[in-house]
Amino acid sequence: MTDPLLIVSNLSIDFGRHRRPALTDVSFELADNERLGIIGESGSGKTVTALAIMGLLPETATASGSIRLRGNEMVNTGDRELAPLRGNLMSMVFQEPMTALDPTMRVGRQVAEVLTLHQHSAKEAARSAVVAMLARVGLPDPERIADAYPHQLSGGQRQRVVLAMALVNSPDLVICDEPTTALDVTVQAHVLATLDAVLDEANAACLFISHDLAVVSQVCDKVLVMLDGRVVEAGTVAALFNDAQHPYTRGLIAASRIDQLEPGSRLPQVEDYWKGNDA
Amino acid sequence: MKRFTLVVGLVLVCSVVLTALVSLVWTPFDPIRVVAADALLKPGWPHLLGTDAFGIDIVSRLMIGAQTTLQVGIIAVSIAAVVGVPLGVLAGQGSGWVSEVVMRASDVVYAFPALLLAILFAAAFGGSTWTAMAAIGIATIPAFARVARAGTLHVMASDYVLAARSCGTSRMGIAVRHVMPNIAPLIGVQASVAFATAILAEAGLSFLGLGTRPPTPTWGRMLRDAQNLLFGDPLQSLWPGLAIALAVLGFNLLGDGLRDYLDPQLREVS
Repeated sequence: MTDPLLIVSNLSIDFGRHRRPALTDVSFELADNERLGIIGESGSGKTVTALAIMGLLPETATASGSIRLRGNEMVNTGDRELAPLRGNLMSMVFQEPMTALDPTMRVGRQVAEVLTLHQHSAKEAARSAVVAMLARVGLPDPERIADAYPHQLSGGQRQRVVLAMALVNSPDLVICDEPTTALDVTVQAHVLATLDAVLDEANAACLFISHDLAVVSQVCDKVLVMLDGRVVEAGTVAALFNDAQHPYTRGLIAASRIDQLEPGSRLPQVEDYWKGNDA
Repeated sequence: MKRFTLVVGLVLVCSVVLTALVSLVWTPFDPIRVVAADALLKPGWPHLLGTDAFGIDIVSRLMIGAQTTLQVGIIAVSIAAVVGVPLGVLAGQGSGWVSEVVMRASDVVYAFPALLLAILFAAAFGGSTWTAMAAIGIATIPAFARVARAGTLHVMASDYVLAARSCGTSRMGIAVRHVMPNIAPLIGVQASVAFATAILAEAGLSFLGLGTRPPTPTWGRMLRDAQNLLFGDPLQSLWPGLAIALAVLGFNLLGDGLRDYLDPQLREVS
């Protein structure tokens, strides 16, 4: 049996000695073509985990433990060694489509950047690959959109461009950091369906970060629940919904099932199940 | 009213530029040849602003002076921008000590006024337009480095730079493709303001005889020549003084107007 694509073991990260550690002893694995969701509230360490895997932690962070991606150690490795891997082995979809695109750059050039960097493609070849990719993520009239500036596109279109940027160089792992949080619900559904389809097509594994249990269960097979920088629960989506072990997870699930409530009754809250570690 | 400063600035700057361009091919009188008989004429016809102590037409001298002013401004600001912007971007992108070294070095240069540098250069190489331009340019480098660094820090914290890094773009690639285009408006504003400062510095240097050599007329030296006649013929100092003031005002207003026009946050407030 070959090694899993991604092995995170005993990863701890903190930002300065006087602050609460951002991550404590996080371990998980991700195989090729597998999709793992990470859910948790703001500040639970989801994004820090993603940045650590990309090797993009801020300079103020100190990390210990190990992240191995296709055998490459990512923790405390220099930028010079990591840069060739980024975009090639793994790529990232960002949360805010409004700010994840450079306002001074045509969208097509921005998507092409990763191609010209890693494959040294000629301009025309890169251009046609970009246009094809833009079409695959469901953008109408990709030729025109490739020549547009970000401010000329809608939020959903921009997020599709960001998706195209992450997928155009066919990475083995795509990290999606709350890719649909900034979108409204209908657009969210479309983008998720697209993501699902392109990930399948590209045979890419996916680490899907979200605070929305419903969204995660739509895209992922397995879920990791994080709280205060620790993994409190891990398992398949079905197991989690049927038989959650940790009270925090039960709270999350109850809160996500508001469609099954009697109208007029009180909405369940996570606090009903889990008062936090201090209580 | 919103774009009042921008429009006034543009008009003033354009008139200086236009004057300089026209003076390249035509001036009403010879701006250099001494005509003793015409000395110190009052404003009138054909000498619209009169003549100076050597009988040279003041309008012609002011027009040629605009050339020197622009030439010094353009070259000095170019020197400052070409050196200062990359240094600022480097400092904004670099790790702690690179940034420290660049910024402390720029603080040291900042401590030397352009005038002092110009005197130093004039002492070492003899005063000329070039020493004046070099001195003003070097003294303005820190201003550009600071603005570029501040802009770079802002851009480097943005999601699109993170996205570019997540694609494996190198530091250099980010600097050229993402940072530079995004700080260009800031640099443009800074250039306009620095231009005004450069004009003032050039006038000061010519006034002290440390800039462009005679007989080429400059506004600063016209002011100095007129100084001796301040009580006898005060209009003599008024014209070059007015020219300097309007040019400086023009570039300052242009810079201010550009900043308000380009910066959406400021625009919402006003």
